[in-house]
Amino acid sequence: MEYFIQQTINGVTLGSIYGLIAIGYTMVYGIIGMINFAHGDIFMVGAFVALISFIIFGLTGVALPIILLLVLLISMLFTACYGWTVEKLAYKPLRGSFRLAPLISALGMSIVLQNFVQISQGARAKVYHSTLDGRLEFFKDSDFVVIVSYMQIFMVLLTVGLMIMFTYLITKTDLGRAQRACEQDKTMASLLGINVDRTISLTFIMGSTLAAVAGMMFVMYYSVIDFRIGFLAGVKAFTAAVLGGIGSIPGAMLGGLLLGLIETMWSGYVSVEYKDVAAFSVLIIVLIFFPTGFLGKPDIEKV
Amino acid sequence: MISENLRQNLKDSLFTGIIATAIFLPIVGLRTELNQEKTGLEIIPEWNVTLLLILFCVVGRFIINLRKQSKSNVIANTFSQLGNYFANKGKIFVFSGLLFAIVFPYLPFTDRYLMDVGIMVLTYIMLGWGLNVVVGLAGMLDLGYVAFYAVGSYSFALIATEFDWSFWICLPLAGVFAAFFGILLGFPVLRLRGDYLAIVTLGFGEIIRIILINWYDFTNGPDGISGIPRPTFFGLDFTRNPPEGSESFHTFFNLEYSGMHRIIFLYYVILVLALITNHVTLKIRKLPVGRAWEALREDEIACKSLGVNPTNTKLTAFAIGAMFGGFAGSFFATKQGFISPESFTFIESAIILAIVVLGGMGSQTGVVLATIFLIGFTETFRELEQFRMIAFGAAMVLIMLYKPKGILDQRDPTIRLKGNK
Repeated sequence: MEYFIQQTINGVTLGSIYGLIAIGYTMVYGIIGMINFAHGDIFMVGAFVALISFIIFGLTGVALPIILLLVLLISMLFTACYGWTVEKLAYKPLRGSFRLAPLISALGMSIVLQNFVQISQGARAKVYHSTLDGRLEFFKDSDFVVIVSYMQIFMVLLTVGLMIMFTYLITKTDLGRAQRACEQDKTMASLLGINVDRTISLTFIMGSTLAAVAGMMFVMYYSVIDFRIGFLAGVKAFTAAVLGGIGSIPGAMLGGLLLGLIETMWSGYVSVEYKDVAAFSVLIIVLIFFPTGFLGKPDIEKV
Repeated sequence: MISENLRQNLKDSLFTGIIATAIFLPIVGLRTELNQEKTGLEIIPEWNVTLLLILFCVVGRFIINLRKQSKSNVIANTFSQLGNYFANKGKIFVFSGLLFAIVFPYLPFTDRYLMDVGIMVLTYIMLGWGLNVVVGLAGMLDLGYVAFYAVGSYSFALIATEFDWSFWICLPLAGVFAAFFGILLGFPVLRLRGDYLAIVTLGFGEIIRIILINWYDFTNGPDGISGIPRPTFFGLDFTRNPPEGSESFHTFFNLEYSGMHRIIFLYYVILVLALITNHVTLKIRKLPVGRAWEALREDEIACKSLGVNPTNTKLTAFAIGAMFGGFAGSFFATKQGFISPESFTFIESAIILAIVVLGGMGSQTGVVLATIFLIGFTETFRELEQFRMIAFGAAMVLIMLYKPKGILDQRDPTIRLKGNK
């Protein structure tokens, strides 16, 4: 039982990372109907920016909460620039082109980003131990002590906070309204005075900032990053988005949590080596048997 | 005094500069490196490179803005002319290309290195043709084609090392295994739409690779399989000192021993395999099932209404594509003599897909052009090893931007109805 609780806690933590990345996939899919293949690599760039700023601020000796806040803001800002540029360079000119063109262009962009980071930062894995340590222990008198680190608490709280802000942004502000309008009908939205291009750009920026937060969490949680992390994390987050119903933002978060739980339970009870197979199998099973996911809308093909 | 255009342009360039700074400053400008004591990471600033990159972006943007009208047309026109040229001179090009491929090993400048490149190019051409059946003809985006390549390689290697059968028996078996896998994997997923199918096939490709790494008893895990037998020339092998009582290629034909014999033989094997792939594809295109592929690619709903069974049709395309992948895989195994899961990563799938897409989906000649272009390009910039994948990815994006249908996009239907108009 204690082991199960421990795995649940780890699963929720991992799930917040997946969920934050998944939102980027789901929003872009909702608004322009493409799978942004490079999104996983945007997350990777976010992790690197976070790593660099952790090192720089680590030297200054400022108090930890301030460092965390600064790193968070800086990685969000710089990663947003990446998301914006990728959209402008590789996707915007392709709007209205045939269906597979943006996907292939995204694939190319993903290769470019990975190798760009490999060249400029080196191919070796980077190890950085976060200074946020300390933990709470539960069930001390049983044989298995359940550990909740401060880091996990910080990550889950940050995710919840961001989700609340984000939900407010989507449901209550003009930007969110414009975004939802573009999802439904771009032509009509532009007739009503919404700048569609700008809204799409902002969607990419929002997705990238959330991916940057996920990247920062990844650095803190795993302490090791390299230029390849984007691919696997990207595919898993996409799985999460599909699981929750692609196009639905609460669905992405729910899917992320579920996938995180599935993965930790699988590695806890079945086998660690095949934990990635578990994620891929979930993806395949969901796509085949219920492609709309939990909260998605059915996709009707019209002639 | 300054014209409106120029001011706009300067503002735009300045903005580009700000964005470029944001992009290059942290990732390029602040390199993280293990410190001297190997205890942690330290930052090494790279201001010069960063500054150069930013300047390059600003100046580039400025120039592009100055000649905005002419820019986009140049590249697209070049490709169009190239496409037109090959479309008109198709027959001559195919014939001379084939002739060149046949005499290539005997040309005076051909050395060991060029032969290796030639074999590599032909392998990719064969893989491209195999994938072309799935992507180009049937219109399904397959991001996991390397799975079938891997299945072919591993079944060849396992059969050949376990049972000690010869290359020419194992080769068709490997193809059959790969086709079987194609059906097995294809059956559940084929009703999915374009991009979902792409992701699911990607998932399958990764699952196969993870299984190859972790199923240690069967595949020998990350260490791979070594000692795969080399192909023989009608039972004659290519060793310098044949075992007692048997003959090898050079003793049988009374030739001086040379390592090149085996390479030249391998070259012809892959050439023949590739040509078979091409021939079979061209033939199948004229059969009802081939026409159904092309019809499905154009309009699935219309096909359904006309009584074409989409699942079966797609499945045949998947299986045939997989079979060719399996053949290429067994060739790869026998050429290398050693295989490991390292060779079957996602990037291979991406390269093969890029070849098909850049060539113009469905065009057989396009695949050849794209392979020569991409592999030749990367081989030319061999010294710039690390930059070539960036160039590769950028080429994928650029071609999509300027020529989304590939280099050869004037694709005629295979069958044209003759009738009075």
